[in-house]
Amino acid sequence: MTAKTARVPVAKTYKIYIGGKFPRSESGRFYPLEDDDGAVIANICRGSRKDFRNAVVAARSAQPGWGASSAYLRGQILYRVAEMLEGRREQFVAELVLQGITKRKAQAEVDATTDRLIYYAGWSDKYQQIFSAVNPVSSSHFNFSVLEPTGVVSILAPEESGLLGLVSNIAPVIVGGNTCVVLASQNLPLCAVSLAEVLHASDVPGGVVNILTGFREELAGQFSSHMDVNAIVYCDGDASVAKQIQEKAADNIKRVLSRVEIDWKSHASQNPYLIQETQEVKTTWHPIGS
Amino acid sequence: MSLSAVPASPHFPDLSRVALVDEVGVNERVARFQSRSIKNESKNDALKLILSMIDLTTLEGQDTPGKVRQLCQKAMHLHDAMPGLPHVAAVCVYPTMVSVAKKALGASGINIASVATAFPSGMAPRHIKLEETKIAVAEGANEIDMVISRGAFLAGEYGYVFDEIAAIKEACGDAHLKVILETGEIGTLDRVRRASVLAMHAGADFIKTSTGKIQPAATLPVTLVMLQAIRDYFRETGRMVGMKPAGGISNAKLAIHYLVMLRETLGNAWMTPQWYRFGASSLANDVLMQLRKQQTGVYQSADYFSKD
Repeated sequence: MTAKTARVPVAKTYKIYIGGKFPRSESGRFYPLEDDDGAVIANICRGSRKDFRNAVVAARSAQPGWGASSAYLRGQILYRVAEMLEGRREQFVAELVLQGITKRKAQAEVDATTDRLIYYAGWSDKYQQIFSAVNPVSSSHFNFSVLEPTGVVSILAPEESGLLGLVSNIAPVIVGGNTCVVLASQNLPLCAVSLAEVLHASDVPGGVVNILTGFREELAGQFSSHMDVNAIVYCDGDASVAKQIQEKAADNIKRVLSRVEIDWKSHASQNPYLIQETQEVKTTWHPIGS
Repeated sequence: MSLSAVPASPHFPDLSRVALVDEVGVNERVARFQSRSIKNESKNDALKLILSMIDLTTLEGQDTPGKVRQLCQKAMHLHDAMPGLPHVAAVCVYPTMVSVAKKALGASGINIASVATAFPSGMAPRHIKLEETKIAVAEGANEIDMVISRGAFLAGEYGYVFDEIAAIKEACGDAHLKVILETGEIGTLDRVRRASVLAMHAGADFIKTSTGKIQPAATLPVTLVMLQAIRDYFRETGRMVGMKPAGGISNAKLAIHYLVMLRETLGNAWMTPQWYRFGASSLANDVLMQLRKQQTGVYQSADYFSKD
């Protein structure tokens, strides 16, 4: 016998994130995530439509508070997320490597993700100024248009960009005061679960971001049809997938936002128009003396 | 002859014979009710039954005639986009709003329940409570929801509480009397059981958990203890007493758990609005959303259902 006994490895349980808590799927189901050689890396929760329903309830109840918080605070919190992500850099790199990319590429992706959060944190108190307007009208009214969050946004995150693509879609939605329910990449879900832990430790109120893992085919329909979701963002699929999403979304006239075939590594993929896309314009007529 | 025709003859019960409650057993039993699998067809029936059992309630200091009329409108037209829905059992308001509700409800067949007896605290002299009850009945209330004097009950003055309930019952005349125990204030399950026995012997037509003003309001364990008290009272006297859990039951799933418990404790005879009610303000819309979900397969939003 050796003097030192080998430690029993402590494997992490990858769970979903709903309303600031980390439950397992209510369905009790999971799917094994395998590496290129077919070895199991981890068991991932296979979220159900009931998990999605619960997540929308959490997102809906969190939205008024988050939407009413000051732009400054939302920026601070996003910046805090970036700080926490930076502190966990090695963990995220390791997870990306486990999912089959080189360490160098993994480091680049984590760094780009942190930078992207800071980019959108910076926009938190600026996009209103860019997109709001004072409108000339031919009556004695002061007429102005301002942005308001659309509400609850469901996000089918990019399948091929498990961390950077995920954050690139969450950040512009929440910085604008929306809350969201996200379906993580089916084949690259590790970082999504770890990101939930980062969000949890960053003053993001519970319910603002809810992250599910599971099968796109099973959940995409509910993501597009739920009557209490105000907008859907999708990042993959051909014309037939887009048609299905649009048809289901039509019931309550959701905003449907296609972000297909975007290179999330590119700087061009980050811009304030992504924030604007999940905002509603409210125009006010204010009487003034002639 | 319906079972309800058996009259209540108030006689003071022997409280030393009231069964003690096994709290661990109650909690285990309650956990079982929550694990029943409900198939879709049963779920649809249960949801409609729940709607028909709701006492749609507004009991706020800020209630206005307009608010009460709006509530009555909701009671009569739960969601007209879905044909074939029942209406709720009753509208529950303060005594000063009874006449408004009566006018608004007209011949809809929906009962008017009025709280009385210095709701919610019950801290008023008896003659005032009696007067308030009589006024509510005279204004048109078919049902009176009274609160017991928890202070007297906790001080051990059971005779006082008993007499008071019996006196209010008399003042009710033809109106049904629901007796609110306010279980969140009387504390232990043993006391809940004792208060239930006291209220039923004093003539209560219904026993009710809570005012909704105190947390915890209705819970599954408390309701189970009260249902068991009703069952034992029925075996002893042959008189059926109704049950009304109130406060905190805001979603359809939980309400279905309550129905399962009712079915497995008191049986089918009690599964009607005549013998079972839910006191709730926000339950109706959640039930409606679940029914709509059953029909369409699409999860619903409160945005598309009228507020109550």
